[in-house]
Amino acid sequence: MPERAMIQIDHVTRSYGAFKALDDTNLSIREGEFFSLLGPSGCGKTTLLRMIAGFDNPTSGSIAVDGQPMEGIPANRRPTNMVFQSYAIFPHLNVEQNVAYGLKRLKLDGREEKRRVEEALAQVSLTGLGRRGATELSGGQRQRVALARALVMRPKVLLLDEPLSALDKKLREQMQVELRRLQQAVGITFVLVTHDQYEALAMSDRIAVMFGGRIAQVDAPKDIYQRPVNRQVADFLGGMNFVKAKVVEESGASLTVDTLGFGRIRTDKPAAFSCKDGAATLGIRPERLRVLWDDETSEFQVAGAVVERHYFGEVTHLVVEIPGLEKPLSVIETNDFGADDIPLGATIRIAYDPEALVAMAD
Amino acid sequence: MRGPRLLLPGGSWLGAYALLYVVFLYLPVVFLPIFSVNTAATPKFPLSGFTWKWYEQLPHTPALLDAAWNSFIVGVSAAVLATAFGILAARAITRYRFPGRRPINGLIMAPLVLPEIIIAISMLLVMLQLGLSLSLFTVVLGHVLICIPYSMTVLTSGFEGFDRSLEEASADLGESAFGTFRRVTLPMVTPAIISSLLVSFTISLDEFMIAFFLTGTEPTLPIYIWGQLRFAAKLPGVLALGTLLLVASFVMMTLAEILRRRAANRAHTEGGLYA
Repeated sequence: MPERAMIQIDHVTRSYGAFKALDDTNLSIREGEFFSLLGPSGCGKTTLLRMIAGFDNPTSGSIAVDGQPMEGIPANRRPTNMVFQSYAIFPHLNVEQNVAYGLKRLKLDGREEKRRVEEALAQVSLTGLGRRGATELSGGQRQRVALARALVMRPKVLLLDEPLSALDKKLREQMQVELRRLQQAVGITFVLVTHDQYEALAMSDRIAVMFGGRIAQVDAPKDIYQRPVNRQVADFLGGMNFVKAKVVEESGASLTVDTLGFGRIRTDKPAAFSCKDGAATLGIRPERLRVLWDDETSEFQVAGAVVERHYFGEVTHLVVEIPGLEKPLSVIETNDFGADDIPLGATIRIAYDPEALVAMAD
Repeated sequence: MRGPRLLLPGGSWLGAYALLYVVFLYLPVVFLPIFSVNTAATPKFPLSGFTWKWYEQLPHTPALLDAAWNSFIVGVSAAVLATAFGILAARAITRYRFPGRRPINGLIMAPLVLPEIIIAISMLLVMLQLGLSLSLFTVVLGHVLICIPYSMTVLTSGFEGFDRSLEEASADLGESAFGTFRRVTLPMVTPAIISSLLVSFTISLDEFMIAFFLTGTEPTLPIYIWGQLRFAAKLPGVLALGTLLLVASFVMMTLAEILRRRAANRAHTEGGLYA
């Protein structure tokens, strides 16, 4: 993949009075990548997207698309197109007219326009529905029309503002796969805004996790999930057990810490890791903990009593009290070996991989 | 089994009541067209024969034509003004959240429930105090006041749920501000605006009380009709004219309602996705 920057966000701040919706943000989005802005509502992700589209302007700082500064360029002259959260399908036009809306300005000859509309409809599997009225479409179809209408303009960047949030779960999962496939087929840079971590993990090449107007971490999905830089990011991406730790030794890429409960641990030192006064936090995902059955043993194990058990079909969620740990451990275990039958109060042993215990800033 | 048994005892009474209700409401209205094509000059049964002559005489009555022309002028002016004010008010009420929004909305809608004669007398007093001589212009002012609530009702249902992102989407697709107004905003609100014009025109056309108090020497159609009622011989012509007014009102109101629903439908199916 080419490493050229398609979007360059340079020290961008957007203030509303004393409130900073976006605070001195820097970000580089590469050409041809599927990039997600992930965060809770009010974290500034939509503000950033709308500033790239030209519906809002930075209070300070600059935005460049494809090397071109966007300052003073209105939305209708930017090389970006947007899929709105409400889809914003023009209700007085049919599907074809909606898709052709932006092409009319380009004054193409009739046949060329028709060809591009047909091509866009085919890309989103809406071939044959061109004459359908906008008000006769299902939610999924509206979403496809919105996509086709933006893609037909052949933008350098496609912006997607929570495009799947109005769909039901099944359709949403199907559209995640389709969106990803579409992005790879057309090769356009996609920037997606979402508050759904699974959506971001499933579709993106890279994710920026945002809190309170700032970007906390930019990384590939796997790194964001497995190596979060702090507790907030770790928490937002899914369940995580946190263990307080004292740094004993830092040497190159490895880190030795003392914990209550897990004892002395040697683990990888993340590149971005830095600690104050030797205090750090270790995190381990519940699915990285494994129940030890019968006389099975592991070099790394802890024991404790089961205090809660929740059945989720393919997995069981166990809450296990480990002596010395301030909070009980969450363990997600598949039901293949009978985790759903462990009685409450039973003492079980749990194996862990020290590599899966991730050190992060407190 | 359960459904019909539950429905039957109450159902037949309810049906009879509903029928009586409708007959009571509309029977008098049905008499109007019936007697307007009766040959006899007095409206009574049995009917004496069919004729169009009362209708044929209408265009040959200069006073009537003058009144019709006055009504038309007043109706068009009141409709245009009420709709213009209505557009501004409806846009503000549906698009912005500002302090006093509800009370302001209430005040705009108030003429709907105020006794018309009170409005008429108050307006007469105000006009005289202002030193305005009574004319069709003062009638227009009065009609604008009572038309605005209707115009507002029609327009807000058309504007409500007008998704702001539609205008943004248009800009995003390369359209200029004027182009967006022409290609998106206008087509979306046009049905509601036409509907508002039709409703206001009809209200003004049929309005008697305010026109009666505020007009000078130029009568509108309802005032002309009221004047003719004193002469028994003129009654069939009045009935014919009344029938025409009835049909015109009915057609315009139906058209207005169709347009209003179309506008509301568009706006709501689009905005509904937020819910």
